[in-house]
Amino acid sequence: MKPVFMTYTKKDLINLAVCMVLSVLVIPTFIKTEYWYTSILIPWLCLALATIGQQVVMGYTGQLALGAAGFMAAGAFAMFNLILRVPDLGFVGSLIVSGLIAAAFGILFGLPSLKVRGIYLMVATLASQFFIIWMIDKFGWFKNYDSSGIITAQDIVILGKPFTTPLAMYFVCLAVTTVLTLLAMNMARGSTGRNWMAVRDMDIAAESMGVSLLRTKVQAFAISAFYCGVAGALFAFCYLKSLEPVAFDIKLSFKILFMCILGGLGTINGAFIGAAFILLFPVLLNAIGNNVFHGAIDATIISSIEQVIFGGLMIIFMIYEPLGMAKLWENLKQKFRSKLTSSNLKNLKSPLSKKS
Amino acid sequence: MEYERKFKIGKPILEVNNISLSFGGVKAITDTSFNVLEHEVRAIIGPNGAGKSSMLNCINGIYKPQQGTVSFRGQQITNITPNIMAQMGLSRTFQNLALFKRMSVLDNILVGRKLHTKTNFLEVALQLPKVKKEEKLNRDRSEEIISFLEIEDIKDTPVGKLPYGLQKKVELGRALATDSTIILLDEPMAGMNVEEKRDMCRFILKVNDELGTTMVLIEHDMGVVMDISDRVVVLDYGKVIGDGTPDEVRSNQKVIDAYLGVEH
Repeated sequence: MKPVFMTYTKKDLINLAVCMVLSVLVIPTFIKTEYWYTSILIPWLCLALATIGQQVVMGYTGQLALGAAGFMAAGAFAMFNLILRVPDLGFVGSLIVSGLIAAAFGILFGLPSLKVRGIYLMVATLASQFFIIWMIDKFGWFKNYDSSGIITAQDIVILGKPFTTPLAMYFVCLAVTTVLTLLAMNMARGSTGRNWMAVRDMDIAAESMGVSLLRTKVQAFAISAFYCGVAGALFAFCYLKSLEPVAFDIKLSFKILFMCILGGLGTINGAFIGAAFILLFPVLLNAIGNNVFHGAIDATIISSIEQVIFGGLMIIFMIYEPLGMAKLWENLKQKFRSKLTSSNLKNLKSPLSKKS
Repeated sequence: MEYERKFKIGKPILEVNNISLSFGGVKAITDTSFNVLEHEVRAIIGPNGAGKSSMLNCINGIYKPQQGTVSFRGQQITNITPNIMAQMGLSRTFQNLALFKRMSVLDNILVGRKLHTKTNFLEVALQLPKVKKEEKLNRDRSEEIISFLEIEDIKDTPVGKLPYGLQKKVELGRALATDSTIILLDEPMAGMNVEEKRDMCRFILKVNDELGTTMVLIEHDMGVVMDISDRVVVLDYGKVIGDGTPDEVRSNQKVIDAYLGVEH
């Protein structure tokens, strides 16, 4: 299909319009409980954004990296310090600069990818996770010498207007995520994305076509870290409303990795599907525990069951559908469509058969 | 073949001087020299393990020879990497297929247009007008190559799903998309049937004839080699044992010995 606007086809634009109507009009009109915004929609958007970052480096460029939460921490604390020390930048300016600071870390920790690959690279990139958290803990300056360990995030003010209600914060996250997702799609579908995928599928051939491995890998790490950094800043300011290095521990990195794999490696919409699944699944399990078994199952057991199911799903997806839930969704649509057309054909045939 | 060539065979474009390559104690290539003239079809032949692919890998910069130099257009190239050679106008295909398996045929060929893509990732993200213009030019050129190779009907298929013969075609297409002045083909016809081989020969000769692209190819099918190449270099145990026109090589005693075996 030919793109109509930028790299988007007619179908993409329809999907985008549906998503926008849903998220801008339908959700705010029908969902009134704060819980949905503060505990599900806002973290979903933030984590989906971070997962896009993970997709760029892992799904598209094929570099096994594990340290998304480290870059998120860099973004979050950069944001805190920028608002604190350079108030003139404003919220949006600070958000962009925080992303750039995270990107600088991404370049630094992406350099090992030139020499090591696979599981060894994963171990090397873990350094970013531990180094960034250690650095923030070690030097009080980053936390403005706050002794309590948890700092309250500043209020979000854009163009003099405060964005403090859950709904307002949801809109902030939605706007940032939408813009960055559209840009990511442009890159993934354009020459930039082709270079990433060429490096992923066959690096020697890519190099023989003039694709610089150094440039492409470092670029992917930088863009990935930028997305994670912005996501981290939003995560801290809109969801946690506080800043503590512990929130960005290795568990969060693994969570983002799971979202990336379950959603579907090398897909942008998979980032949203994966994030939604990982966030909503525990909620669903809890609801089942409370409503079906009426609390007969202990909450700790439920959370253990959750881990077991996640682990099992990871294995199943890796073996049977490496392209993840995005691919399942695609297949489902395909089946539905072919069923529709075949039933249409039947309707078309029946009058003809009567005639004969 | 008494036809008038549009691109007359010219001066040496690629010179390989005294290359030696060894892996640990195993000598793959020993003190090998030969040259490739502009606009010619040059074949490298030899029994298995003669060092033919290693030779291409040395020219292309994937292997670093311990000794010897490679000159391109009379200029000696130090620190050869695949990337630098691509920028100088040298493209290649691989013996065991090195395609981007999860990408479509069109996307594979578009990657070959990399050196004709000057826009950076920010411009691509924002889809500035110049990105669109460049993308259109690259797509048009890729479509041209696709129709030249007669693979229009599979252009949106992921290459991993294609049969071997078609994958070889796509790989040739990707090399062509670079608009290189010289293309190295590592066994472009291996594993093909007679008909596919004939097609491939036709494409190689047509490209050489119409665009003047210099072709260096490794091939095992003697009939094909003798038919399409202007000059042949024969390697055995990493050494040159014959170099010249197909007729000269055919009557060279050393070559006959290497291929038919000789009593010791």
